[in-house]
Amino acid sequence: MELIPIGEDALLVEVDDSDAALALALWARAHVKAREVVPAARSVLLDGVVEPAAVAARVFDRQADWATGAATSEGALVEIPTVYDGADLDDIAALWRCTVAEVVERHTAIEYRVAFCGFAPGFAYLSGLPAAWAVGRLAGPRTRVPAGSVALADTWCGVYPTASPGGWRLLGRTDAALWDVDREPPALLPPGARVTFVAR
Amino acid sequence: MTVTVLDAGLLTTVQDRGRHGCAHLGVPRAGALDAPAAALAGRLVGNPRDAALLETTLTGVALRADRAVTLAVTGADCEVRVDGRAVSFAEPVPVRAGAEVVVGPARRGVRSYVAFSGGIDVPPVLGSRSTDMLAGVGPAPLRAGDVLPLGSPTGSPAALDVAVPVRPGGPLRLWRGPRTDWLTPADWEVLTGSAYVVSPDSDRIGMRVLGPPLVRANRGELLSEGMVLGAVQVPPSGLPVVFLHDHPVTGGYPVVAVVDARDLWRCAQARPGEPVRFVLR
Repeated sequence: MELIPIGEDALLVEVDDSDAALALALWARAHVKAREVVPAARSVLLDGVVEPAAVAARVFDRQADWATGAATSEGALVEIPTVYDGADLDDIAALWRCTVAEVVERHTAIEYRVAFCGFAPGFAYLSGLPAAWAVGRLAGPRTRVPAGSVALADTWCGVYPTASPGGWRLLGRTDAALWDVDREPPALLPPGARVTFVAR
Repeated sequence: MTVTVLDAGLLTTVQDRGRHGCAHLGVPRAGALDAPAAALAGRLVGNPRDAALLETTLTGVALRADRAVTLAVTGADCEVRVDGRAVSFAEPVPVRAGAEVVVGPARRGVRSYVAFSGGIDVPPVLGSRSTDMLAGVGPAPLRAGDVLPLGSPTGSPAALDVAVPVRPGGPLRLWRGPRTDWLTPADWEVLTGSAYVVSPDSDRIGMRVLGPPLVRANRGELLSEGMVLGAVQVPPSGLPVVFLHDHPVTGGYPVVAVVDARDLWRCAQARPGEPVRFVLR
């Protein structure tokens, strides 16, 4: 773990992996007074904190508390009904050296966890795919990926909340409303949520 | 009780103090880029701190209120006319119902702030009325013909207050890091010793600068990490970008420094082509 002060009132905590980042973020949300707690792939930004040095000391001292938190705190389980007809389904099958039916079987068998959000409001990075199934991004991004597209990049799975350019490989699509500002929380998949995909 | 937009200019948006507590969901903070000027405009018309106002960009805006209101314009220095008659800048101005308000082009600076007593009362989205230009959260940028609701005035206009005049070229004080070590010591000298100028590509997301590129010492890849307001990011071009209020919540280019919060208003008011200096605080 590395604790890096940023400016006057922020702290970047570098940790080993996305599980540790999520665990720290969930703990910090309950135990640290911060304007923003932003987990990422291998770090957590604590922004708008009073006395960042004191916060850093607490994060360091209480590592035993937060490091075990993610395993025990069960987030809500969200089911994403998915039609598996994505444009890159055949490519993913080739990369995984299996049939399209097996891609669907494998993808629906995993329980994912929202590690963090980014890229666009409500765009969740779902962890859970084994490293052996990592797929590269497209050589050139598509200019428009439709809202609801279920896609893979590296070992991440994600669902586009709104139409946007994107370079992830498309598995399928869902009608689920990923982002709704009139809902609390507005993101269907906030950090910590558990997620499964159900073939339709 | 409404304000009608007659001419929205280059870009006019509704802003307040921004959206807080949603960065982990991918939502930028938004909010007035020149926060001190926006706060002053609100105080002048007697609004509470969270009331919304309008932020113009270079060319100004033309408006009509359907009831008598108090108006104040701050930030980028400009001519303000009510029914064709010039009125004071950075002072509360009573405006009759139906009068035409023309906020002229900025003479110095970029963004003027136009506050009405009662505030712009569009429905808040995630706790803020601000327009975010990156992710599209909040009201769309204004267009001619838009009709904006006004709230009820709650306080009294405050005549005596001090406007900070916009002067270009003031230094931007830097904090180090978190990725200062991605620059060579020579690069740090370049960053803090060079005359940069503001790029025309600057917007509410970031102030881009033109000048000597920085050669990153560490050319490895950085995993995306949380970004702060004022972050000085160095993309592969080597030309620094200062993140302003609509910045992405995470980013993968190294942040080699952070502009002191007290100097961010200077970035909001720096015009393309004007000089920028970075100094270690």
